[in-house]
Amino acid sequence: MTTVTKKADKIDRLAELMQTTEVTSGASLWREAMRRLRASKMAAIGAVVIAAFVVIALIGPWIAPYAPTAQTWRGDVFPNRGEFVGMRSGNWFGLDHLGRDVFSRWLVGARQTLLVGVVSMLIGLVVGALIGVCSGAAATLGGRAGQRVDTVIMRFTDIMLSLPSLLLAVSVAAVLGQSLTTVMIAVGVVQIPVFARLLRGSMLVQGGSDYVLAAKALGLRKRRIVLTQILPNSLSPVIVQATLSLATAIIEAAALSYLGLGNPDPAIPEWGVMLAQAQRFFDNEPMMAVYPAVGIIITALGFTLLGEAMREALDPKLRG
Amino acid sequence: MALLSVDELSVTFTAKGRKDSIAVDGVSFDVAEGQVVGLVGESGCGKSVTSLALMGLLPAKGVRIGGRAVFDGQDLLTMSPQYRRDIRGSQLAMIFQDPLSSLNPVVPIGVQITEILERHRGMKGEAARKEAAHLLDRVGIPDPARRLKEFPHQLSGGMRQRALIAMAVACAPRMLIADEPTTALDVTIQAQILELLKELVDQEGTALLMITHDLGVVAGLCDEVNVLYAGRAVESAGRRDLFTYPTHPYAHGLLGSIPRLDAPRGEPLRPIRGSINDRIAWADGCAFAPRCDRYTMECLTGTPELTEPRAAGHQVRCVNPVLPKSKAEVSA
Amino acid sequence: MLRLVVRRLLQLIPTLLGLSVLLFLWLDRLPGGPASAILGEKATEAEVARINRALGLDQPVYVQYWRFLKRIFELDLGTSTQTGQPVWDEFALKFPATVELSIAAILIAVVIGIPLGYLAAKRRGGWIDVASVSTSLVGICIPVFFLAILLRSVFSVQLGLFPASGRLTTGINATEVTGFAVLDGLLTGELDASWDAIWHLILPAVALASIPLAVIVRMTRASVLEVLGEDYVRTAESKGLEKRVVRGRHVLRNALLPVITAIGLLTGSLLSGAVLTESVFDFGGIGSFIRTAIDGRDYPVLVGFILFIAMVYVFINLLVDIAYSIIDPRVRVH
Repeated sequence: MTTVTKKADKIDRLAELMQTTEVTSGASLWREAMRRLRASKMAAIGAVVIAAFVVIALIGPWIAPYAPTAQTWRGDVFPNRGEFVGMRSGNWFGLDHLGRDVFSRWLVGARQTLLVGVVSMLIGLVVGALIGVCSGAAATLGGRAGQRVDTVIMRFTDIMLSLPSLLLAVSVAAVLGQSLTTVMIAVGVVQIPVFARLLRGSMLVQGGSDYVLAAKALGLRKRRIVLTQILPNSLSPVIVQATLSLATAIIEAAALSYLGLGNPDPAIPEWGVMLAQAQRFFDNEPMMAVYPAVGIIITALGFTLLGEAMREALDPKLRG
Repeated sequence: MALLSVDELSVTFTAKGRKDSIAVDGVSFDVAEGQVVGLVGESGCGKSVTSLALMGLLPAKGVRIGGRAVFDGQDLLTMSPQYRRDIRGSQLAMIFQDPLSSLNPVVPIGVQITEILERHRGMKGEAARKEAAHLLDRVGIPDPARRLKEFPHQLSGGMRQRALIAMAVACAPRMLIADEPTTALDVTIQAQILELLKELVDQEGTALLMITHDLGVVAGLCDEVNVLYAGRAVESAGRRDLFTYPTHPYAHGLLGSIPRLDAPRGEPLRPIRGSINDRIAWADGCAFAPRCDRYTMECLTGTPELTEPRAAGHQVRCVNPVLPKSKAEVSA
Repeated sequence: MLRLVVRRLLQLIPTLLGLSVLLFLWLDRLPGGPASAILGEKATEAEVARINRALGLDQPVYVQYWRFLKRIFELDLGTSTQTGQPVWDEFALKFPATVELSIAAILIAVVIGIPLGYLAAKRRGGWIDVASVSTSLVGICIPVFFLAILLRSVFSVQLGLFPASGRLTTGINATEVTGFAVLDGLLTGELDASWDAIWHLILPAVALASIPLAVIVRMTRASVLEVLGEDYVRTAESKGLEKRVVRGRHVLRNALLPVITAIGLLTGSLLSGAVLTESVFDFGGIGSFIRTAIDGRDYPVLVGFILFIAMVYVFINLLVDIAYSIIDPRVRVH
């Protein structure tokens, strides 16, 4: 038994040695992609926007002039009569319908928005990737039984994909009740099938490639093939999708808020909630909605630009 | 008088932010009616770009074309785009390398033929279909009526190339350009396709410009041969002359690098060293010099002129040509 | 062709079964369960127990599931807790408005998106290309409901160019035949009603079209770029064919294949968008209905809608597959 294991280890090491050539070519592939990414104007704009957003999200709550719940009004806001105060010194973005400082809430909201985006993306990424890896590994190396497992899992993701994302999120929110966590989970759940499909598809492509065949021929253990050969080479589309998902997550969260399923805590002013609250007064005081809306659009645009630029940089068809 | 007379044709690719790259650098040759002329060279020598330039199929942007290409008394390179469109497919037609990718996968073969007949011969409906079936029959496709309704993926490789040839000859063009028509095919099919081309040329008196890297094809088909290197003709001769007395060191090397059955056992192959990337600009001297066994300092003093060092009509662009009588000479 | 349809319908069965299991589990997990969903949150325990018995919720899970499944197959989706009407009847009543809006949105997206995507690809790097690609990126990033609010505020509230809500002006003479307002007007000869319905459709349809339009422009552009580099396009050019023929038969016929698939996959996001857009414009279709169902936790309506949507999605993708197999002979063979 031990001799057999030793032999297997030896073979694995041999294969790893062989793989070094693959790895170096892979590395130069990444270097090439990085070079193209740096040359891309789209990526540069995206990165600058994201950096600005992250900085605001980090320092926003400290530089906010007022607490997000503080009513700083001077008896001059009457939402029922459509009377608002616009920009003025001390309240750069004006006051909202409850007389709170919109600028402060916007700054604090940036952090919440980033949080919602990142956490829900991670939920989708982690769960989706797990499902995808299982499915992909089963399909490439599991033989006939594995393929059956793969089919079942994929049917399941098909069902999830067929539902309008918003409805899926609403269903989750209905079970969990209203909170910030709910929004994150609901938006994250929508991303699960996307990541699962993507990683599986990408693993299937890699699983059919010559170097995996070589690894199989060398008798490498299956788990090792998946972990050291297939998976690392399947990740680039997932990274692209993760970047794009940050944009969708922020937009979806805003839509959930609009449907009244957003985070109800007034001390945590997420941009989606601010927008949902402000839209009721849009005809009288559009700017109140425009600030969070512009925040959402610009941020989503930043992530989309970077994601698209990464996709282009990694696309072998465009290389040359 | 030649049907097509190409004079100092040059094609330069210009991309923003990159150095211009010269694909064709002053190529000249003539093709007479009923004549088969070969353009030979390794990949990257500019032979395909030459054919696309003659057909007007290069993109309008990012390409600079110079020189003249007079076809039937008119310069192809300066005529109006609409007139060129009229000539293309009717008087000057082309056969491409990869028959599968060169056929539209979602359009039946029949339509891909009748559309030419509609465009250039004004045929319609049943008449066009009959003519298309006749064309398929002529290029040796059995059961043409059925094949007309089929799609490219339903045909075999050889049949696809026959269908492409049928399209090219649909309007009885005065000249055909064939760009590596046999490269993507099995050897047995290659011979059949070459036979078919030969037959069509003989019967119709069509001029044929044959673009290939395969010296076997040249030997079997061409009357005149132009050997291209790095976008320029280095040797132009009749087939017999070229194969018997290859005079430019490159042509000499090309013929020498073919494995021969009648060579003594154990004799090593003699490949040309390096690749076409090891070259200098023609403006500075002979582009082949870095790979050449015979090069001297003289090779690096500007583009060598075309001369006829051996026989009239056998043009060579070399200052140190391989001449048959100088067997005794020992190169340094 | 028939084989394809039958096969796809058979594939539908496991999908719907799986979905029904998920939905059943979901209903089971709802806070308070169906009883409180029906009775509201202030129900007494005795009442809950009574309802549970009446609904058979005191029975084993598999029995409950079987009953649930049976009801689905009988198209009995239960009763809306809000309106008291059968869910199915509500859908039948409100679906035409949503279909009309969705079709209008897809039409806008296709009619503008495909030519724009083609032009962008054909003049790659030109101003049309840059403008359409950047606009479509922005289009994807604007929350649909915000765009709807913006359009409504600017074009109807401020400028008064379009009606701000509803499907028809109240008081206009419109006879209902099919439930599709535009079509009804044409059928009954009440052309002013048709015109009025179109007038009401434009703003919500434009808002709803934003995402499909962006997707179609980008898909078409990418696809045309790829096809333009194909050998068969060069062959078509070498035949001297007219530009019109090269563009239609050789470029677009191939380039539109992936676009058609994309349109099928857009169904889900279109319906999400319809819920949001309809509620902004108070359009009165399924979207508005679902919006109030979400507010009122009207679970029978939500469950029914999810099942309904799954069927619509599968049906539309079946249509897409059929269209695809008509255009692409390579699929037909398998």
